[in-house]
Amino acid sequence: MTAELELDDIQHFLLARTPARAARYEFLTFADAEAGRRWLAGIIDKVGTGASVGSDSPDARWVTVGFTWSGLRVLGVGDASLASFPDEFREGLASRAAIVGLTGANAPDHWDVGLTSPDLHAIAILFARDGAERDRAAREHARYLAETSGVRLLSFLDLEAISAEPREHFGYRDRLSEVPIEGMTRAPIPGSGRPIKAGEFFLGYADESGVVPALPQPAELTRNGSYVAYLRMQEHVGAFRDFLRAQGATQEAQELVAAKMMGRWRSGAPLVLAPDSDDPALGADLQRTNDFNYAEMDPHGYRCPVGAHIRRMNQRDDGESQERHRMIRRGGTYGPALPPDAAEDGVDRGIAAFIGGASLTRQFEFTMNVWVNDPSFGNLTNERDPLIGTHDGTHDMTFPKRPVRKKISGLPAFTTVRAGAYFFLPGVRALRTLAGASTPARRLA
Amino acid sequence: MTNTAAIDEKTNGHKPEAHNGHQPEWANPRAMAIPAEGFFELERGRYGPTYPRTPACHGFTIIAKIKPGTEQEIRAYGKKLEDSVAASPHVLAPLQLHYLRWVLFPIEQDTYFMYQGIFDTDFDKYVEDAIQLFSSTGITTIFEKLEGFPEDWRTNAPAFIKFVRDHQRPSFLEYGEYPFVSADEIKKALRMKEAFTVMLDQYQ
Repeated sequence: MTAELELDDIQHFLLARTPARAARYEFLTFADAEAGRRWLAGIIDKVGTGASVGSDSPDARWVTVGFTWSGLRVLGVGDASLASFPDEFREGLASRAAIVGLTGANAPDHWDVGLTSPDLHAIAILFARDGAERDRAAREHARYLAETSGVRLLSFLDLEAISAEPREHFGYRDRLSEVPIEGMTRAPIPGSGRPIKAGEFFLGYADESGVVPALPQPAELTRNGSYVAYLRMQEHVGAFRDFLRAQGATQEAQELVAAKMMGRWRSGAPLVLAPDSDDPALGADLQRTNDFNYAEMDPHGYRCPVGAHIRRMNQRDDGESQERHRMIRRGGTYGPALPPDAAEDGVDRGIAAFIGGASLTRQFEFTMNVWVNDPSFGNLTNERDPLIGTHDGTHDMTFPKRPVRKKISGLPAFTTVRAGAYFFLPGVRALRTLAGASTPARRLA
Repeated sequence: MTNTAAIDEKTNGHKPEAHNGHQPEWANPRAMAIPAEGFFELERGRYGPTYPRTPACHGFTIIAKIKPGTEQEIRAYGKKLEDSVAASPHVLAPLQLHYLRWVLFPIEQDTYFMYQGIFDTDFDKYVEDAIQLFSSTGITTIFEKLEGFPEDWRTNAPAFIKFVRDHQRPSFLEYGEYPFVSADEIKKALRMKEAFTVMLDQYQ
């Protein structure tokens, strides 16, 4: 038996991808409980729920609201309740950065000012169909903030798609896979794996252990909620292109190195299905581009190296307990695309993403700690995720190959983490409770 | 003759040599004395301090008092696990174990259980996967016989992990005759030996 998901209560954010091409993330601080509740009370009706998923909703923008642990405290959530949240959420990502391998240039002392402070209380995430709609909604929110005293914008980030189809700054096709959720995803694309229990992503439902995990208390505040980890990752496009040029004399040789690091050609075509040369038609065909596995089709990584990004992040049939570490990713690119022949211009560009689920530590932190940054992941000896791992030029990447493997030593950093934080996205009824005067959050002791 | 002498000189008589000219790490037995805390420098893992990899790999030694009258059930589970592994030899593979040693012993009127495992992964990294496997293979039925084991362990992974950590007794000395070699490397080397033997047989 699968419990029905309460779609009218769960925030839309993790339930389904929107056709958004622009976004704005606003990081907020509350002067006091009254200010925070006032702001929240006025914005709840704009927060999207799962009720619209699957309908031919004419939505042009989607609003999501989340809080840090210190944000819940400022809103007046009681000590006993605050103490029942998991340690990692209470501590926050900046305090736990070293645990997940965010050290050196990726360490929090280099992150955006304000986001590592306990003054960060809330995030308002706006996804919009296009930049014009984003700007309109952002102006509306600015007006609302101006008339709601005591709520201040610490910082914000504008995001916009850089090409017609989803693509990140290095040029790789993006949004090719989506984790199917049991009771939610109607027709998973081939190769998505079996649907994952809703409790892996939303609190209050059975997860892959077969039981409903204990909820932080009171349940009325946490049921139907999720946690998200926020990461803003700058992409060093110039350094990436220089690296590729140094790796091969021909365009083809360079593209192969790019594909080996990702596990897909930049078109999106997976190496397991297109090992020797790119197949853009395959990359663009969602019915085919995920339909492969590793243990059967490429056990030794001759096609897709074990250390390639996509093989780390989803080992398909070649890893243990995969279903306990699946996550839902949302986000997009920020900054202008670097034109193909341009030299590095020093402009900040990259990906700003949310990684969502029911357990920050079992999902996000595990993934970062083990799949991304553990040098001995997959019985490799000195490798990290070539694209998003923490790199200081001391790690390698090997491409298994007959008769001898190819090894790239001293991989440079192509990305740098510039910001990060943990948020809790409550269900909409919980938002009302948090905001409500009639049911004061103080009651949530 | 000359060749042998040259090799002996280079390899100090009996030590093998790696292809790159350096002594491989596994060639020299190593001992490591470990501070009382179980680690040299505090490095935080997701659930607490991480413990170093030693010449005898990663591992833990969990010692806990059993609930009175459960000794026979615990022993019976040993037989059950033997059968499970016989039926499905790779059932414990995700734990990347070298060895398990389970011991029951008395202290005065009480009986204690010692679970010693030697494995290749950092326990903090794979702890949830281990719990899942403990659960699916029924190893948790032993834990349930231990005093202080959280009754809500099914819905409360952090409490399970805390119990294990609270009852972990770090070694103060570990020794490896072939230090830092993983079970995977050993099996690879044995497979290679097997393949060479077959190949050489073919040339007879």
